[in-house]
Amino acid sequence: MCSLEKRGNLFILTLTGKNVEHRLNPEVLSSIISALSRAKAESTRGSALVTVSHGKFFCNGFDLDWVNATGSKQEAQQRFDYSLDCLTQLVQAFISLPMPTVAAINGHAAAAGVVIPLCHDYVVMRRDRGVLYVNDLEMGLKIPELYMAFFRAKTSGWALRDLVLRGLKIKGEELLKMGIVDAVYDGEEGVINAGMKMADDLARRKWDGVVYAEIRKGLYSEFCGMLGIASKAIGTPKL
Amino acid sequence: MCTLEKRGNLFILTFTGEDQHRFNPNVIGSLLSLLSQVKAEATRGSALITQAQGKFFSNGFDLDWAQAAGSEQGAAERLRQMVDLFKPVIAALLSLPMPTVAAITGHAAAGGFVLALSHDYLIMRKDRGVLYMSEVDIALTIPDYFNALFREKIGDASVRRDFLLRGLKMKGDEAEKRGVVEAAYGGEAEVRQASVRLAENLGRRKWHGEVYAEIRKGLYPQLSAILGLTHKAY
Repeated sequence: MCSLEKRGNLFILTLTGKNVEHRLNPEVLSSIISALSRAKAESTRGSALVTVSHGKFFCNGFDLDWVNATGSKQEAQQRFDYSLDCLTQLVQAFISLPMPTVAAINGHAAAAGVVIPLCHDYVVMRRDRGVLYVNDLEMGLKIPELYMAFFRAKTSGWALRDLVLRGLKIKGEELLKMGIVDAVYDGEEGVINAGMKMADDLARRKWDGVVYAEIRKGLYSEFCGMLGIASKAIGTPKL
Repeated sequence: MCTLEKRGNLFILTFTGEDQHRFNPNVIGSLLSLLSQVKAEATRGSALITQAQGKFFSNGFDLDWAQAAGSEQGAAERLRQMVDLFKPVIAALLSLPMPTVAAITGHAAAGGFVLALSHDYLIMRKDRGVLYMSEVDIALTIPDYFNALFREKIGDASVRRDFLLRGLKMKGDEAEKRGVVEAAYGGEAEVRQASVRLAENLGRRKWHGEVYAEIRKGLYPQLSAILGLTHKAY
């Protein structure tokens, strides 16, 4: 599933998911949402979250074994749709987390697995291993409008086209050029340490978490609008 | 405060004095009437330069005036008022029937950065001054039309995130590299000269002002909608 550890001001979320590919099913997604709720409950000014995983994969998407382990195509579709709903809930939980977030990508992320790092405020990735692969096109699946809005919040122009319309397995260096990741590092230890250091630096700014989350929601305004999540205005400056 | 001067085809709006050029209801009112004057006197070939004297372009809303309300509630109310009063200034700039240039020779923060960003072209100093959205650092959320402005003017999502969520203070050379400003120059005089050159070149195209404004509004449809600006077809 996942684990949440507190180290000083840092919340460290480790994705383990289902099997070595860290796949996502409703149980896994629910456990990550619970972990984020715990982080939110224990957050203070100066908190930050870094999400990591270990091995060849960061997250390879939905647990299709679970989706397909039913009697009919109809039921499989229902399980897929339900997985997507759970993912959307997870995205909302990340977007409303009252602290800066960093994803450290140690390995491959595909399909729904690409959404998770992109929910974070900052993404660092391995230079020497791992690709991001939005494979909906290759699978003959249309990307839901809600997730097009999500991707549009993170990138635009030719980079957006290359991310969703080209069936590309994109490495860290290229993603850096596309503005989708913020920095690349060598080795699993390298990227995880860099992710933690970045989270530490951000935590040191001691931002008001509630305000931070509201400003963040504004960066996903199209996505939040489609979900009916309104932004709250906070107008008392802490000078 | 602010003054308006005409130099040939150029309208030059200047924040005078060595202070932070903060916006309170009086300054905002003054800005609005000067921009009305510019619009009324516009001809084909007109262009606007907005500039400031001293270390600051503008540091945004007058928070001292807001705090002078005496209570937290009162301060929040005064701040809300300024946010509402400032909206028509941005609307006026967005519908101004001529090209607009912001000559940024000092710090532009929060509302001050928003004012600069509402111009068609931004010219900045390389060696002094930063662009900065201070809201995250002082625990204020971003007004809806500020957000729409950033969303539609700044195409790079990581730049938007760096300004709004990271409170980055961006210097001129980075701003030029990342496409936030048109160009950055090595000193105050160079910025002013380059702004005049740019404004004159744009003016020389003798564009139909109303059409120019309509095309501009079309570039920023969400912002225009939030500002209550309607679109006309020619």
